[in-house]
Amino acid sequence: MNTDHLKTSVQAINWNRIDDPKDQEVWDRLTGNFWLPEKVPVSNDIQSWNRLNEFEQTLTMRVFTGLTLLDTVQGTVGAISLIPDAVTPHEEAVYTNIAFMESVHAKSYSQIFSTLCSTPQIDDAFRWGETNENLQKKAQIIMSYYKGDDPDKRKVASTLLESFLFYSGFYLPMYWSSRGELTNTADMIRLIIRDEAVHGYYIGYKFQRSVEKQSAERQAELKDYTYSLLMDLYDNEEEYTEDLYDPVGWTEDVKMFLRYNANKALMNLGYDALFTPDQTEVNPAILASLSPNADENHDFFSGSGSSYVIGKAEETEDDDWDF
Amino acid sequence: MGSLVYFSSVSGNTKRFVDKLDYSEDSVHRIPLRRTEDPLVMEDEFVLVVPTYGGGTVKGAVPKQVITFLNDKRNRTLIRGVITGGNTNFGEAYCKAGDIISAKCQVPHMYRFELFGTPQDVDQVKQGLERFWHN
Repeated sequence: MNTDHLKTSVQAINWNRIDDPKDQEVWDRLTGNFWLPEKVPVSNDIQSWNRLNEFEQTLTMRVFTGLTLLDTVQGTVGAISLIPDAVTPHEEAVYTNIAFMESVHAKSYSQIFSTLCSTPQIDDAFRWGETNENLQKKAQIIMSYYKGDDPDKRKVASTLLESFLFYSGFYLPMYWSSRGELTNTADMIRLIIRDEAVHGYYIGYKFQRSVEKQSAERQAELKDYTYSLLMDLYDNEEEYTEDLYDPVGWTEDVKMFLRYNANKALMNLGYDALFTPDQTEVNPAILASLSPNADENHDFFSGSGSSYVIGKAEETEDDDWDF
Repeated sequence: MGSLVYFSSVSGNTKRFVDKLDYSEDSVHRIPLRRTEDPLVMEDEFVLVVPTYGGGTVKGAVPKQVITFLNDKRNRTLIRGVITGGNTNFGEAYCKAGDIISAKCQVPHMYRFELFGTPQDVDQVKQGLERFWHN
């Protein structure tokens, strides 16, 4: 792959000549999913917020502060750092979209704060974010790769952030929503989760296209590097999760969710899952909150074989079906 | 044993899942990615394996190439089931392509896996398909 043309001459992007169809597909997905926090009626959660006790409110604000920090890093450093490594001009354009949306995500937490919380509460939460060791450590590990000189490792760090590091935080609004609390806030978080899923998929895809062109030694090095970075981050993530959730007793439940998402982050990078099924048994209520139909029984094979699982009549707006 | 038909984009997640099922080469068929390639026409019964597209919306969940393949009546009459790939992080659209195809073609939505599936997914589908075709 030759990127010289991107560096030595100024090139106008031509969307009528696409080298990698994935660029167009992901651009279309991301722009089709575009949203702004102002459209989500978070103020409908004020009563629900007031039902939470002081400790639950503090926990929620700390979680959102942690998420804000990661989105800030990804929007202003992470996604931007990928641009010079792009192999097509369309890939550069997709990264600019990703960077912008990360800034939208970061701002959406401030929208939640300003709607639900007092100024002293907000200041306290941000102060906590600056002093929590494990939160600072995860941001610093990632930042060190963004500033490093290895484009492949930058993509690994970026994918692990998008597909793994957010989930200790995402657990909480999914939990509240499963209990009927902060449901509008959860709607907004689901939009963020959907965006991050596309980001992780795309950056991981670009990583795999780069790796497949390299020597066997280099491929082995990157694989080792990925698993060991994941484990470093995972160890830190366990401690971060304990800091946040030990007082409410949900830590082990959150860790299931972490490992489940760690597996998916690895798969986005083309590597096999690391954690076993018994280590990734996500609480069904959390899974249902994330994806309303995820817990429906679609395992036709393990049933008696007589009960067919036929999909309910699905509305589809695609007009290219002929039957 | 029936055949497997699958569609996989250039990211190849679905292909990777299908490869792990260890079917013989002549009983696995890929729906072409580009319109310029010859369309696939099946002559024996098959189970379809597809990813869900669209990243969170129902519109566009079934890849266009798969719709084109199923619009051919010869193919539609031979489909016996559908297996879908997806990602729960896409919310309501998780594996939606399977629900849509299942409803349209009146065949069971047999199984759902995430990305390219875990080893447990591969085992369950492998054994499940074996039992299915022997019944």
